[in-house]
Amino acid sequence: MASGIRIRTSTKDDLTTVQAILKHPMDTGNSRDPETDNMIPAFFIEAVTIYHGDKVIMTCDWSRAVSKNPYLSLSFTGAKKGDTIRISWQDSSGNTESKEAVIQ
Amino acid sequence: MNIRRRTFISYLASGAGIIVTGVGGLLKPILAFADWNVDAFNAETEAGALVEFFPGLEVTPSDAIFIGVHDLVENGSVVPIKVNTDLPNVESIAILVEKNPNPLIANFNLSPACAGFVATRIKVGEPSNITAIVKSDGKLYSTTKFVEVVEGGCD
Repeated sequence: MASGIRIRTSTKDDLTTVQAILKHPMDTGNSRDPETDNMIPAFFIEAVTIYHGDKVIMTCDWSRAVSKNPYLSLSFTGAKKGDTIRISWQDSSGNTESKEAVIQ
Repeated sequence: MNIRRRTFISYLASGAGIIVTGVGGLLKPILAFADWNVDAFNAETEAGALVEFFPGLEVTPSDAIFIGVHDLVENGSVVPIKVNTDLPNVESIAILVEKNPNPLIANFNLSPACAGFVATRIKVGEPSNITAIVKSDGKLYSTTKFVEVVEGGCD
């Protein structure tokens, strides 16, 4: 699967701001498939971890009420341009995805 | 949520953990995820979610937390929200929507390197109070803001 994680960073002074979009339907389980009229089961990202190098800088616990194709932004200190940031997620069906980016 | 499926997945996960450990720690686990708090996320009231998610902790209102969200939202399925706080030693930021079927929307655990800030986009089913709960120095602080929603977004 092509990576469904887009990461953008900017560093000013000692503060790095991260913006990410994680491609995922985030189905709540409350809606119907318009073609079959069957309920679409809940299917959503439950956990996200953000790493700077090997260090975990943030973990997220999400419900199905985070919007489709979730957007996440955070800021942290201690990174230099050229360092690595990695974002990994796991969804309610046990799928995982991970993406690395170079800090700008 | 199908309990048996969840249990099965957790067996799979713990099995995978044993395999990774069994290789003698040569393989570093690629993913580190905390346990998803089923009872807190399935709670149907804010109070219920808080008891499950932050057992034994009281919440104190604080004016050192700022919720950035529009007062009036057209489309409840995509509501941009950001939370800032000046509180020291922020350990976590949680977002709750009082009128959603399950009020606990998201929790963010911040390492000491993080600024007291997080932004995301959430679904809001109907006009509701939105509460941000910040854990700072082991205590919980909150701020609430009401959001008017034209078209609900919990599909």
